[in-house]
Amino acid sequence: MTSSMLFNVTTFTYLLSMIAFFAFLASKSKSLGLAGSVLAYAGLLVQTVAIGLRWKESYDMGVGHAPMSNLYESIVFFSWTIVLIFTYIDIRYKYRIIGAFVIPFALLGMAWAQLGMSTGIEPLVPALQSNWLLYHVITCFLGYAAFAVACGISIMYLIKTAVEGSNNNSSAAGGLMSMFPPLKVLDDLNYRAIMIGFPLLTLGIITGAAWANYAWGTYWSWDPKETWSLIVWFVYAAFLHARITKGWVGKRAAWLSVIGFAATIFCYLGVNLFLSGLHSYGSSKM
Amino acid sequence: MATIERSFVSKVWDFFCSLKLTLFLLISLALTSIIGTILPQGTLPPQYVAEISHTKLQIYTKLGFFDMYHSWWFIALLYIFSLNLISCSIKRLPHVFKFISDPALILGEGQRNSFPLKKELSFSGPIEKGKDRLVEFLGKEFATPVITEHNGEFHLFAQKTAWCRLGVYVVHFSILVIFVGAIIGSLAGYKGFVAIVEGTSVNSFEGRNGQQIPLGFDVLCEKFTAEFYANGAPKEYKSILTVLENGKPVPGYTHVKVIVNEPMTYKGITFYQASYGQATEGGDHYVTVTSRKDGKAEKFTVHEGVPVTLKDGTTFKLLEATQDVSPFAPGYSGPAARIEVTRKGAAPQIFIAYRDYPDVNAQRGDNLIFSYEGSSAKQYTGLQVAKDPGVWVVWLGCTLMILGLCIAFFMSHKRVWVVVSKGHAWIYGNASKNQAAFQMQFEEVSEKFEHLKI
Repeated sequence: MTSSMLFNVTTFTYLLSMIAFFAFLASKSKSLGLAGSVLAYAGLLVQTVAIGLRWKESYDMGVGHAPMSNLYESIVFFSWTIVLIFTYIDIRYKYRIIGAFVIPFALLGMAWAQLGMSTGIEPLVPALQSNWLLYHVITCFLGYAAFAVACGISIMYLIKTAVEGSNNNSSAAGGLMSMFPPLKVLDDLNYRAIMIGFPLLTLGIITGAAWANYAWGTYWSWDPKETWSLIVWFVYAAFLHARITKGWVGKRAAWLSVIGFAATIFCYLGVNLFLSGLHSYGSSKM
Repeated sequence: MATIERSFVSKVWDFFCSLKLTLFLLISLALTSIIGTILPQGTLPPQYVAEISHTKLQIYTKLGFFDMYHSWWFIALLYIFSLNLISCSIKRLPHVFKFISDPALILGEGQRNSFPLKKELSFSGPIEKGKDRLVEFLGKEFATPVITEHNGEFHLFAQKTAWCRLGVYVVHFSILVIFVGAIIGSLAGYKGFVAIVEGTSVNSFEGRNGQQIPLGFDVLCEKFTAEFYANGAPKEYKSILTVLENGKPVPGYTHVKVIVNEPMTYKGITFYQASYGQATEGGDHYVTVTSRKDGKAEKFTVHEGVPVTLKDGTTFKLLEATQDVSPFAPGYSGPAARIEVTRKGAAPQIFIAYRDYPDVNAQRGDNLIFSYEGSSAKQYTGLQVAKDPGVWVVWLGCTLMILGLCIAFFMSHKRVWVVVSKGHAWIYGNASKNQAAFQMQFEEVSEKFEHLKI
């Protein structure tokens, strides 16, 4: 058994989980919702084993390092953190339907990683040979994942306000909308997810700064990745303040959460694809 | 006149205290920060200058877009942001302190109805006895209460972690601490770069603006090595450094290994492995020619492109050489050279000779085995040099920020009131955050409360 096989199983399980959640949305059958959650947990378990196995495989190859060193490994880890945060929210708050809007993010990541990227284990370049790698990546991605969950919840919020706003005799669409948690609950869950994500992002930025200071002698150099992480931080800081400002609650807060996640994704992928900098995933930069 | 002035001052004050300003600043900082990630910063690459139109270049330069994080308007935004933080704290902190130090000990009739969390207890004993019993109960189950007698009723008030209402101000304060750290660093610290050729030492380095800054001691680079993986990716860049004071090695600072992620610090100045390169062309190359017949080896010092004639009339020429072959030949590393050998009356042969792979050199099957021994070329190590006395202030700020965020997000100020009147008592509860978790705790306590026997 190899980690690569297990990652394929993971991807397939997330696919089934997503289908179950969509069927749950359409049919309102509680057992389908349960199936969606159970499949997501099973996928998480398999993926956890797979990540552990890949870690071990790298040691067997003699280039031992945590499996978080290139784009493939980071996106697999991102998917893992998304399902982890979803599991937490699911068990804690029991609004199963959120899975229909969150698991697709995890599936998208896994499918892209498994189908579109080279999966080989590479040795670590000098710049990444540090324990900071582990702390930095874990905190950042847990933060990103919480924002992904918040974004899914905000999309639900926006759909629900749009449908309920345009359709007062909520019979046809209202049937589907009745599956969604009440707006107040969605707003609250959005806030709770960001409350998890914001300290983690802050910690991610700080560990990154500490590492940069240790490796390059400067904790902040306005490198595009650093700057974008700060932009994300500003957006979510605005979100947190918006909640206690008149006229910014509800829809605007939901939009800020969606924009925040878009900025997060740009920080994670866009910076590497469109801009140059120090985070080029295993480049030869020292 | 005085009133107008005051109203103006208070307007300015309100402006700086407002949350709308905070939102405006956060969003402006986010949006403007994008500019610097798209436009090149610092020294502009010539091809960029060639591509962009003259007017655009002038406008961007005027607006400080090419060094935007240090431009007057970005710094101004940060100053207004700080002012906003300070004003908000000055305005709200006294209320919060009052809230903590002088809590509402008495629950008025109107307030009582607004509590979603409440339970009633009926008892037959005298009110004094009921009060004593409930004080004991509350002290045991929640926190020691403060007792106030009011209109013939006893109000027992108990609270937990009231101070966590300060969490958000800890976060705000931490941002200011980080700014102070950054300012200290920019005033009292410096950053620069120095290149040291193997076997030589330096006593100064080049600062950001190009001038030489003395170190106050000497740094000698004994050796620089770059190692590569089999796939050609870099594995390790290593400088061996020795610190010299008055020309003498400093104990504990001799032959220090400096690699990426493992810098060397001496007298508050830190040296980071940053780059490397070939310092001299190194005209001399060393080639060993071994005869397969008698095993006799002869070492030649050759120059690139200059033919050498051996005793048997064979000539050879070093065409090119590298001190690290891995980028060109995956799976190989170390020095290698391309050599052209012409036997008397035969066509020239071209092949690669290595230093570290004698078997490969021998595989050529010819009577003469060529191996390349490297050159007199020297490498230099490029070191980032930094001194930042403000960095500890920044870390202090970061620690405070994390601490503050945890307090602000994950702790809540919990309050419980018990109002005892004749024959019955009510318990009320309230939490500043995370009502759901508090509700569970409250229900547990109020369950016991309900069934008290007095």
